[in-house]
Amino acid sequence: MESIGVLMMCPMSSYLENELQKRFNLVRFWNSPEKSVLLETHRDSIRAVVGNASAGADAQLIDELPKLEIVSSFSVGLDKIDLGKCKEKGIRVTNTPDVLTEDVADLAIGLILALLRRLCECDRYVRSGKWKTGDFQLTTKFSGKTVGIIGLGRIGTAVAKRAEAFSCPINYYSRREKSDVGYKYYPTVVELAKKSDILVVACPLTDETRHIVNRGVIDALGGKGVLINIGRGPHVDEQELVKALREGRLGGAALDVFEQEPHVPEELFALENVVLLPHVGSGTVETRNAMADLVVANLEAHFSGKSLLTPVV
Amino acid sequence: MAESSESPLVLIHRPPSLDFMDERLSRNFRILDIHTSSDPLPIFLSRHAASARAFVNIGRLPVTAEILSYLPSLQVIICTSVGVDHIDLAECKRRGVAVTNAGDASSEDAADCAVGLLISVLRRIPAADRYVRSGNWAKFGVFQLGSKVSGKRVGIVGLGSIGSFIAKRLEPFGCIISYNSRSQKQSIPYMYYSDILSLAANNDVLVLCCSLTAETRHIVNREVMESLGKDGVIINVGRGGLIDEKEMVKCLVQGVIGGAGLDVFEKEPEVPQELFGLDNVVLSPHSAMITPGSFNNVAEVAFGNLKAFFSNQPLISPVHLD
Repeated sequence: MESIGVLMMCPMSSYLENELQKRFNLVRFWNSPEKSVLLETHRDSIRAVVGNASAGADAQLIDELPKLEIVSSFSVGLDKIDLGKCKEKGIRVTNTPDVLTEDVADLAIGLILALLRRLCECDRYVRSGKWKTGDFQLTTKFSGKTVGIIGLGRIGTAVAKRAEAFSCPINYYSRREKSDVGYKYYPTVVELAKKSDILVVACPLTDETRHIVNRGVIDALGGKGVLINIGRGPHVDEQELVKALREGRLGGAALDVFEQEPHVPEELFALENVVLLPHVGSGTVETRNAMADLVVANLEAHFSGKSLLTPVV
Repeated sequence: MAESSESPLVLIHRPPSLDFMDERLSRNFRILDIHTSSDPLPIFLSRHAASARAFVNIGRLPVTAEILSYLPSLQVIICTSVGVDHIDLAECKRRGVAVTNAGDASSEDAADCAVGLLISVLRRIPAADRYVRSGNWAKFGVFQLGSKVSGKRVGIVGLGSIGSFIAKRLEPFGCIISYNSRSQKQSIPYMYYSDILSLAANNDVLVLCCSLTAETRHIVNREVMESLGKDGVIINVGRGGLIDEKEMVKCLVQGVIGGAGLDVFEKEPEVPQELFGLDNVVLSPHSAMITPGSFNNVAEVAFGNLKAFFSNQPLISPVHLD
């Protein structure tokens, strides 16, 4: 399969790069400053694209790769892929569900605890020597707080199971109420926010869910409520979020994702009631390797005429 | 509340920041506050505290045999902490002075803190937050990968209420729980190890939440840390004295163990400076129970004990003096 061209959109895993290089002709999109020249050179050999949460396959790229057969995403999110165009052209699409579910849910709980119990601020307090001058302030208890989850898919469910062990009542919003679930359903995100202390974003990013956390939702969550975003930056109206935090209208926010990664609104850096992470939801050695193995396995299956492991289209 | 027309005299120690019991105390008792006097403690106590039968120790003022000698009428010490290693328990036993602690009042918060520290260390949360705030994410891109929490083997030292709450919280993470304590507990679904060395050898994370006694002092020593290994992580929400701190610092700096989440230290608020440069360490200023919920619960338990004492009822959360 060494003649099969696989276009990798950006650096995402050196382990994945090595595995792809062993099996295919790997073309690194970021290596050339002249992208159009790169695509022109390889347009007849590229049969696969490997993308991630930062860069996938939009309509323009798909049009420039006439031999494209499959897009294999190193992520579970598909918002960077023009799924409609892929369907139209018969291009297969795969992602990496399940293998990263636990990591993302673990991080959600970690973010809640870090935010409510001020763990990052505490760590700064000790390292700066301030502890010698006095004890830390009161923090906020997590156990028993009501958790509202937007999207009760694999990740949302895993978050709920973990939060239940902290005696947290669980609420959720999703497109349709789920029948066999013991959590309280709310038909709108605003109502969910009103009735929850902690709001967790865990749904896919689509045209419908863009800015699903808007000013109305932020106001409903309120000065004692906190927002946890482990979905995608565009789920949240970031400008409104920054305003609300600066004006004290929202109790706090823990964010793993942002609208224009890696750019983070600098006004957030001065705030103590936020936790800011560089999109590390699936960022463990174990999980990134498992994701890479799944990407490679899907590509190998496709090019040997076997069934895809985790097809989306 | 008081049986006689005059409220009972209660001696209290209360650092200025811990005033959460003030109003209720002064409403129900005649308060003798150690902090109101600039006299040396022995003089203050001899002059004023001779008739005090109860002492409410808010915070962790060390109560030595010497201090006890200035309190001839003392019959109960009511602590707002869970740990009582700052009290000379042997002397209390000899004198027939009962000691109460906070019981379960702050166990949930302590357990939440332990789990928070565990996730924070493995997933490098404070280090990642620093990375973003410093502008390094925009400049340099990818942050170092962390280690998966779900499925890790976690060994708990001390399976009291805090230890049990920690275990319960880690179960849905698929963590494999085992424990070491003075004796094996019946009908516990977790594997028991009779010594801490085997516990360390068979786990990825060691969580310390047992009391500090002569037996458990430095229970985590170099040998235990070598057994835990270079990817192993220690979480301490018990007492600093449970760990040989000097050795632990060496083990962290040398990579003998993989990381640590510490809420307590041997000489608080002193923290070994070598830890400040490490990204695989999360430091917390003994704040495992500082939430309003815990403070309320702790106050309830303390007042419950006071009320019980002055009405000759059994104490609510007496500490075993053995």
